[in-house]
Amino acid sequence: MAGIIAFGAYVPRYRISREVIARQWGLPSMGGERAVANYDEDSLTMAAEAGLTCLAGRPTQDIGGLYFATTSSPYREKQGATTIATIADLSREIRTADFTDTLRAGTTAMIAALDTIGSGSAQKVLVTAGDCRMGEPDSPEEQLFGDGAGAVLLGKESGIAEVLGTYTLMDEFTGAWRTEDRHFIQVFPSGFDVKYGYNRVMGEVLPAVYKKFGISPKEITKAVIYAPNPRALTGLAKQAGFDPKSQLQDTLFGQVGDTGAAAPLMMLAATLEEARPGDKILLVSYGEGSDALLFQVTPAIEQYKVQRSIKAQIATKRDIGSYGKYARFRNLAVKETTCGEVSTPVAYFRDWKQLLPLYGERCNQCGTLQYPKERVCYECGSKDDFADVKLAHTGKVFTYTHDYLFAGPDLPYTQSVIELNDGCRIYLAMTDSDEKEVAIDLPVELTCRRLHDGYGFHNYYWKVRPIKG
Amino acid sequence: MSIKDKIAVIGVGCCKFGENYHQSTNDMLVEAAFDAYADAKIDPKEIQAAWVATLSSGTSGTMLADPLKLYKIPVTRVENYCASGMDAFRNACLAIASGMYDVALVAGVEKLKDSGQRGLGSFNAHPVFAYGTTAPSMFAMAATRYMHKFGITKETLAQIAVKNHKNGTKSPKAHFQMEVTVDQVVKAPMISSPLGLFDCCPVTDGAAVAILCRADLAKKYRDDPVYVKAIGLAVTSGQPYYQPKNEYVSFEATTLAAEQAYKQVGIADPRKEISFAEVHDCFTITELLVYEDLKFCKKGEGAEFIAAAALDGELPVNPSGGLKSFGHPIGATGVRMIYELTTQLRGQAGARQVKNPKLGLAYNLGGPGSVGIVTILGNEK
Repeated sequence: MAGIIAFGAYVPRYRISREVIARQWGLPSMGGERAVANYDEDSLTMAAEAGLTCLAGRPTQDIGGLYFATTSSPYREKQGATTIATIADLSREIRTADFTDTLRAGTTAMIAALDTIGSGSAQKVLVTAGDCRMGEPDSPEEQLFGDGAGAVLLGKESGIAEVLGTYTLMDEFTGAWRTEDRHFIQVFPSGFDVKYGYNRVMGEVLPAVYKKFGISPKEITKAVIYAPNPRALTGLAKQAGFDPKSQLQDTLFGQVGDTGAAAPLMMLAATLEEARPGDKILLVSYGEGSDALLFQVTPAIEQYKVQRSIKAQIATKRDIGSYGKYARFRNLAVKETTCGEVSTPVAYFRDWKQLLPLYGERCNQCGTLQYPKERVCYECGSKDDFADVKLAHTGKVFTYTHDYLFAGPDLPYTQSVIELNDGCRIYLAMTDSDEKEVAIDLPVELTCRRLHDGYGFHNYYWKVRPIKG
Repeated sequence: MSIKDKIAVIGVGCCKFGENYHQSTNDMLVEAAFDAYADAKIDPKEIQAAWVATLSSGTSGTMLADPLKLYKIPVTRVENYCASGMDAFRNACLAIASGMYDVALVAGVEKLKDSGQRGLGSFNAHPVFAYGTTAPSMFAMAATRYMHKFGITKETLAQIAVKNHKNGTKSPKAHFQMEVTVDQVVKAPMISSPLGLFDCCPVTDGAAVAILCRADLAKKYRDDPVYVKAIGLAVTSGQPYYQPKNEYVSFEATTLAAEQAYKQVGIADPRKEISFAEVHDCFTITELLVYEDLKFCKKGEGAEFIAAAALDGELPVNPSGGLKSFGHPIGATGVRMIYELTTQLRGQAGARQVKNPKLGLAYNLGGPGSVGIVTILGNEK
């Protein structure tokens, strides 16, 4: 039976205290803090991060599909999955699809991936989910929501957690929604969504799951259940026969917030980080109904090396400091004077291999590794005699500057010349860094970000960030 | 082949550099050109060919032909980053040396203030490669590396700003006539770390003009012509940040251009043989690197050379106040350096006059250390 080969989660480095948001509007604080995507991040870049974490150190030739789940795609028309697959340098002969518009898009993508594998169309499918949902300023959702991403690599072998079964209920209900011309999610007030949507659907789904899988609540080691807010889950747990303390996976609400379509995958990652062989994990999402997946953890989990644990990412944080900065990052406060970025999709067409998959070239004559790709060798002058080389994604700072002249949304704009671990020199901006920590020889890793929106499209490209932990 | 003593500078002109909001590109070109005509005592009709340098303040030869009504003669626009001005001068020299023309005019101009830009931007063509690069950031990365390697501090760099601001007070056409202290420079707002506001040249409008002729015709125009002794130009990568072995503590374009020029004059020890220099101090770190790359001192000893570069020092550097005080209207700068060299070599530099100059060196740099041009002028044939 199919299973989970690898998992990954991504929590952006910035946090905003709910107290800061509450103070801005004179509202009560919901307590704790929420994760905030940096200004150069969106649901796609975060999903790519989680996906790359899944793939770290693994061969990718046998991956036959990549799915991207989100309710906050950076594009209304243009697929995100292809961009993520290109960032991950996957084969072009794979299935790609975006699963959107519902909070259960993440689990729906997982079930679709299992079907793709089950039908023999792919051996492995990488499922990524990222969300950066916008709560309206001066609304409870602004405090509730958080930004993040999760990913699982599913395969036809049982891997570290075998899939015992899946269940889906679709349910037409309008509790939380966003029409095509809106930026902010609308939630019908007075708890209608929780009481008559969430509680009703869960009341239907959980018994159906027990019946279908022939399992009782007591046998479930960890119930990973999405909830639109933490109180809804506590109420539900008792009703569903779970011990909230031992059996319920934390929603990460206190540190990260409600990450929408990504939440079930992020919570699953947190569960798997602690899982032991034999554990039974029930994953349940919510949104226009619900998806449920039941897993049994295999002995392979004991050898599994967790990459960038969600626990460590939650601990490695940077306080955004002010509501103004949050507003700037999320384009709630927009400067009309911009630096007028220039771009063209033609450059992405022509240079695609050296942009997102980040290939350089090695001269066949003198062996020099160089980037960007040139026709004539920097060192020896030989022409068109290079082998494409995928560049290393780690390196160290050769030199840098913190620039205050550039009209960026988060100054200083740190520019750095990096010596990659394969010896290639590359010039990239640095992100998620504190000015004081940057120094010559600082170890850094690459991260794909939204560099700017020149020509009205998202110009994704690489930056570096200090390696943490 | 050498250009030595084949060309003479017979007239130079310069408008007041600064925030020339009241003047257009054409106003400044007219002011500098008529200043040069008067200096050369020449009828504009005698000019047989002209070159104009700008990075972005105009296009084609018409940008010079129209304001000066220099119609019906060849006029060419030259662009080579911040070294455009001196490359225009070089092109005019080569044209006269070829025997094609006897008298030529070189103009350099830039109108930066009209755009409202706070500092010098970058010139990227690619949407993502080097995105966000500013002019100071490119030199700041050299400063970071140099400070790391040679252990100098911001105070060291500040001494260069202090020197050039002091010289600027004696330079009536300079953008600034204002002294600064090391403390002020070090504490100024950061622009591109480690470079602060006073480590950076200002954003300046300006134009400068030089009139050249065949050396053997020079005495027809004046008794004290200045002669072109050497010109060296070298271009290295415009994207040094990708260069596999770049150490970032030197600009090879400077060294290569200087080697060419020194060879043409037969200079073995530039520190002894050059009387004074006008060099490209777009940022304080640039002047420090230039000392070393021009072989005024050894690599890593630039800090110790700063004292020698004072107006009354062993080898005065930037008596005009340099880009730091005089300003850096990009296309104008190279021609403005020729203006300063000529003025000094004729002994007409007033309060900033260096003592008994024989050979003056000008160094104009373009791009992120990518285009280097060295010109040496002398007052004896």
